Amino acid sequence: MTTQAASLPRRWKKPPFIKRAWLRWAIGLGAAVYLAVACGSTEVNWVGVWDGVPRGVQFISAFFPPDFVSRWPEIVEGIYESLWMAVTSTVIGIAISIPVGLGAARNLAPLPVYYFCRAILATSRSFQEVILAIFFVKLFGFGPFAGFVTLSFATIGFYGKLLAEDIEDMDPSQAEAVRATGAGWFQWLNYGVQPQVMPRMIGLGLYRLDINFRESAVVGIVGGGGIGATLNTAFDRYEFDSAAAILLVIIGIVMLVEYTSGFVRKWVQ
Amino acid sequence: MLKLAGLTKRYPTGDLALKDIDLDVPDGQVMALIGPSGAGKSTLIRCVNRLVEPTTGSIFLDDTELTALSQVQLRRARRRMGMIFQEYALVERLSVMENVLSGRLGYVNFWRSWFRKYPQSDIDEAFRLLERVGLDHMVDKRADELSGGQRQRVGICRALIQNPELLLVDEPTASLDPKTSRQIMRLIVELCEERGLAAIVNIHDVMLAQMYSKRIVGLQLGEIVYDGPPNGLTPDVLTDIYGEEDWEATIETVEEEDSPDEPDADGADEDHHAPIPDRDRLAGLT
Repeated sequence: MTTQAASLPRRWKKPPFIKRAWLRWAIGLGAAVYLAVACGSTEVNWVGVWDGVPRGVQFISAFFPPDFVSRWPEIVEGIYESLWMAVTSTVIGIAISIPVGLGAARNLAPLPVYYFCRAILATSRSFQEVILAIFFVKLFGFGPFAGFVTLSFATIGFYGKLLAEDIEDMDPSQAEAVRATGAGWFQWLNYGVQPQVMPRMIGLGLYRLDINFRESAVVGIVGGGGIGATLNTAFDRYEFDSAAAILLVIIGIVMLVEYTSGFVRKWVQ
Repeated sequence: MLKLAGLTKRYPTGDLALKDIDLDVPDGQVMALIGPSGAGKSTLIRCVNRLVEPTTGSIFLDDTELTALSQVQLRRARRRMGMIFQEYALVERLSVMENVLSGRLGYVNFWRSWFRKYPQSDIDEAFRLLERVGLDHMVDKRADELSGGQRQRVGICRALIQNPELLLVDEPTASLDPKTSRQIMRLIVELCEERGLAAIVNIHDVMLAQMYSKRIVGLQLGEIVYDGPPNGLTPDVLTDIYGEEDWEATIETVEEEDSPDEPDADGADEDHHAPIPDRDRLAGLT
């Protein structure tokens, strides 16, 4: 036994991810060929790129120095509108997404409810905010209300799906123990489920607020009001220095929300 | 007290977990249910409070046929059965007090439980129980800050505050070290005696079962293969329940140990023989 082990060491190699050798090689080669062909067929007009450099430099230097002063009242108004949009749409969106999310958790809801709620979430998630905004601007006219409806709708899909997934991942034994005491369904939710998902859901709520604020800028460009509308106007008038000021304000607010949410998340854990 | 008649459970996967079980647990009896993993011990006690729905057969708690109750009636009946879990199953992010009071959920309405405004009598009882298990100084600690033994004591309080007639105990010591295991088992048995409760205790550990219970039921592949006193567990019987193994040492240790409060030294010894891989693996986690 020992002599055999000494003379002939047993070899070990990590088993390959794809077992069949020919398939492994075919996939590798295929990927390499596709990449080569794709790179070869992409047309890059290097002369155009070279010509564009000075124009780009000119464009960017037009942003400096940022001009906070001349359009300050419009900027403040836009920011207020965006913040209003972000906060209300987050609150309303989350309020609606809680029942939908509960219904979309397989371990809570019976099958028909589950499919219905998953369908709502899928619908909400299948459209990008800009597309929704175009649609709602047509429906409700220009202005922040269309933006608010857009962002609320998008929030439902985002928050509902993550809530449902968090509930599906919860520790079933804690919930089972609460059920065994004879608790009613809502009591069971409050004691067995909510404590398990709450910290993550608070964190995600703040994250969604952050997203909604940023999206409000995009939504504004297609007519949904808010800081996006102000930004769009500044670009249309070639007031790049004011546009730079707006962008800096947006960055500042996003950073502020980011730090706050990091702090709050640590606190609720 | 509790009576199972022709209880059968077949899971949707086709596994037959319990085969036509008949079992009587009289008032005030602490019954240990032993058997290898997968024998159906957990399924059996979960069928009693219908966390698992039995396929056929009936279960009576006194005169109530548990298997015939509607959802609302079942919730009311569950108040009469306290449950203690493997790995404690406390709600980790709730405080000790909230966990204990959650045992009253079947008695208070939703808004009271939502605002944590429990009747003073419930709060008094919670303090009394926590004091009894030596944890009344930790009421506002979060459950996940506690050690394994402390958590299981909170679990015991949660079950007892229901004011139950029957305790369903599922592997209470599976994640505890040998010493804490003994303390917890002793506590459960003492409390059952104090309150005249009947209990079914699922337990891997043959020796603990023999030490703390006067009646042992052995389950193997969903069938009862032994029902009798602890000293009836001969090597042949253990082989029936668990399969071929050298059981002599297990049984000898028990006889030495019949006088309780032997310190830990034998705990290590027992680990060699008792068929409880789970506990070996989990002991370090407590």
